[in-house]
Formats: sequence, C-alpha cells, structure tokens
Amino acid sequence: MTNIPFFSLLLTLSLSFSGWAQGDFPEKPNPPRLVNDFSETLSAQEIRQLENKLVAYDDSTSTQVSVVLINSVGPYAISDYAFQLGDKWGIGRKDKDNGILILAAMKDRKVFIATGYGMEGAVPDALAKRIVEQLIVPNFRSGNYFAGLDQATDTIIQLASGEYDAAQLSETDRPTPVFPLVLLFMGGLLILTLIKNRRDNNNHMGGKRGVVDIFTTLLLANMLGGGRGKFGDFSSGRGSFGGGGGGFGGFGGGSFGGGGAGGSW
Amino acid sequence: MKKVLIPIGILVLIGIFVYSKAVGVYNTFVQTEESVNGQWAEVETQYQRRADLIPNLVNTVKGYADFEQETLTGVIEARAKATSITLQADDLSPENIARFQDAQDQLSGSLSRLLVAVERYPDLKANQNFLELQAQLEGTENRIAVARRNFNQSVQGYNANLRTFPNNIFAGWYGFERKGYFEAAAGAENAPTVEF
Repeated sequence: MTNIPFFSLLLTLSLSFSGWAQGDFPEKPNPPRLVNDFSETLSAQEIRQLENKLVAYDDSTSTQVSVVLINSVGPYAISDYAFQLGDKWGIGRKDKDNGILILAAMKDRKVFIATGYGMEGAVPDALAKRIVEQLIVPNFRSGNYFAGLDQATDTIIQLASGEYDAAQLSETDRPTPVFPLVLLFMGGLLILTLIKNRRDNNNHMGGKRGVVDIFTTLLLANMLGGGRGKFGDFSSGRGSFGGGGGGFGGFGGGSFGGGGAGGSW
Repeated sequence: MKKVLIPIGILVLIGIFVYSKAVGVYNTFVQTEESVNGQWAEVETQYQRRADLIPNLVNTVKGYADFEQETLTGVIEARAKATSITLQADDLSPENIARFQDAQDQLSGSLSRLLVAVERYPDLKANQNFLELQAQLEGTENRIAVARRNFNQSVQGYNANLRTFPNNIFAGWYGFERKGYFEAAAGAENAPTVEF
C-alpha cells in the first residue's frame, strides 16, 4: 500500500534519467527501415537499393545490418553513440545479438561499424577496421558515399554468411523434433501399463483391471492434451520469423557489447 | 472477550504485513545486487583483457631500438599498478571504485601517451603486428566503456532502490550499502550538440 507512491517515485526517477539521454538519439524508425539517412546525403534511389539488399539479407540469414547517417554525434565518441543507438533500436535478433550498425556522422566526418555480441566472431574488430580504412574512408573522401556503403555492406554480408542462417533458425523452432519424442514416450507408457496390467490380472482379482484402465485413459488423454498445447505454442513462435516478403519486419532487440571499429575521412 | 481479540488481530495483521514487506524488500535488494555483481564481472573481464594485451604491445614497440624508454616504462609501471588493485564484487564501495578507476585511468593515460609517441615512428606505424594490436586495444577500450556504462546503470537502480523510503530503513537492518559509480572523464563539459 505505502509502497505505491515510492515505487512511482522510483519510476519517475528512472524515467527522467533515461529521458535525459533519450533526446540525443533518433526515435526508432516507423515503419521499420534498415537504412536511415537523417543527413539527406543519399538519394531516394540509393536508399532503396541499399534497403532492398539488406532486407533480403535479413530475410535469408536473420542477420540485421543497419546503416544510419546523421549529421553529428556531438559530445559522444562515435563508438559510444553507435553502441547506444544499436541497443536502443535493438538491431539484431534478441537471442542471437546478430546485428551490425554502420553509423556515419557526416559533419564530424567520422564513421563506425558496431558489431553486436553475436557478430564479434564473424566480423572481428580488426576486419571491421579494415572495412572502414579500405572501403569506406577512400570512397567517402572522394564523395562517393553510396559506393562506400555499398561495398562495405557487401563485404560484411560475405563475412557474416554462414554465421547465422534463417533456415537453421526456423528449423530449430519447428515442432517436429519434439512431437515424435512425445509420441514415443506415450507409446512406451502405454506398453508399460499394458504389461503391468496383464501381470496384475494374473496375480490379483479381475476387478482391478477396470481401475487401471480408467487411470491409463485419463493419463493418456492428459498427455495428448499437453502435447497438443506444446505443438500450438511452437508453431505460433514460428510466426514471428515471417516478417519477410514486402518490407523489413522490424528490429529484434539485439544488444551491443563494444565490438567494432571506426575511422574518419 | 471480543474487545481483546480485535487489537490482537490488528497487531497480527500488521506483523504479517511488515514481515512480508521485509522479505520482499530483501529479495529485491539481493536481485539488484546480483545484477550489479554480474556487470562488475564484465567490467573486470574487459580491464583484464586490456592488461593482457599490453605485454604484446610493449614487446612489439621494444623492437624499435630507439623508442623512448621513458614512455615504455611508464606503461609497464601503470599496468603493474592497475593489475595490483583487484576489487571483489562484495566490496564495491564508492571509495574502492574511485581507487580502482584512478589506477586504470592512469594506465589509460600512459597508453595514450605511448600511442601518440608511436606517431613519430613511421616504420612502427606501418608494422602489421602493431596495427592489429592497436585495433584490438581500441576494441577493448570500447568494450570497457560499454561495460562501465552498464555497470553504472545497474548501480543506479540498486542505489535508488536502497535509498528510497522505507527501503533505506530495511537496508540499514540488513547491512546493504551504497555502491560506487565510475565517474565520467574530466573535460566532457562545453561539448557540441548532437544533430540527427
């Protein structure tokens, strides 16, 4: 009872704390997009081309590569800004943390590739550094912003291929591996009770048989119901992966732990 | 008879309320403290990773005979000092955190002096081994920054929970204490603004 005002005090405290940092970061794009150009550097055509490539890659591998162009990161180090933005938007799947954010601050002339926890193996810092130094910086210097981003995303896609697979992901979420096990278990139980039942008949009075039968039927009915419930759960879980087709299905809640590298042009 | 029963009932009810409240508060203390401990482990891991990279870096730089000895010994000494201070997760008082941060910041300072000095040695700067080490070191600094921010956030939750009324009374009973933050580096004032 008394804790309600204090709890709300705590809540407003934490809200005001996050509110202070919130203003420094753009809102999550709605409808969701992987390519976000707040600095108006790229043409609509170029944005569409990049977006299509990255959405297709997300559909086939579940790895989310996002490109964000802003004007300036202000007081932040560009790396720090990239990690916080990636965390806020939740780039990558929640359980895989397989997101990559390419952040460029156009007026600061700084760029950073941030890799999610799950991508640090596929794109280690040294390779991210090489992508920045060899593909992004030279192109950006001569004003070919699209070419730099296009080549960088191509290379990242090549590096990350095979690391996470959308087909693999949906396979593990398919109910089929679980269902036969349940059937097998139920079958085994049925046989066991039948054997036990027969033995009972040999040793005891016939009356007992009916009791066991009812018990077994109840048990089996329960098991069947339970099995079915699980089946439904799994298939509904699978639905969340079907974001593909037309556009980008949305960010998945991945987080960033400080992997990646950057540079300036 | 009834007149006696009513106050006793009220007392019992109050007793049950205080007891359940005390248990609930204790459990949230423990949970938030555990999340602080978890984040602290991450901070330590990343600092350890940096300390492990330094001998390699020093050896690579040493190969360049004319490299300034002073800068090198500065890094080695700062590393020795920083690794000598280890904090247990149950000992994260503000003073201890400040001491830990101070030693680590000194190491950061001497490392950045080393990296600045390297600028004067073009051969070293082009050395592939050195470049890889530098990329790793930068990555570790980034991870340290993230780990420190996450630690600060969980400490903030823990301290706020601890210090609000009536939890502060319970905290005194149970002996939970405020934990320290990592302070932002000096010189972050009058910075430019963010532009989307």
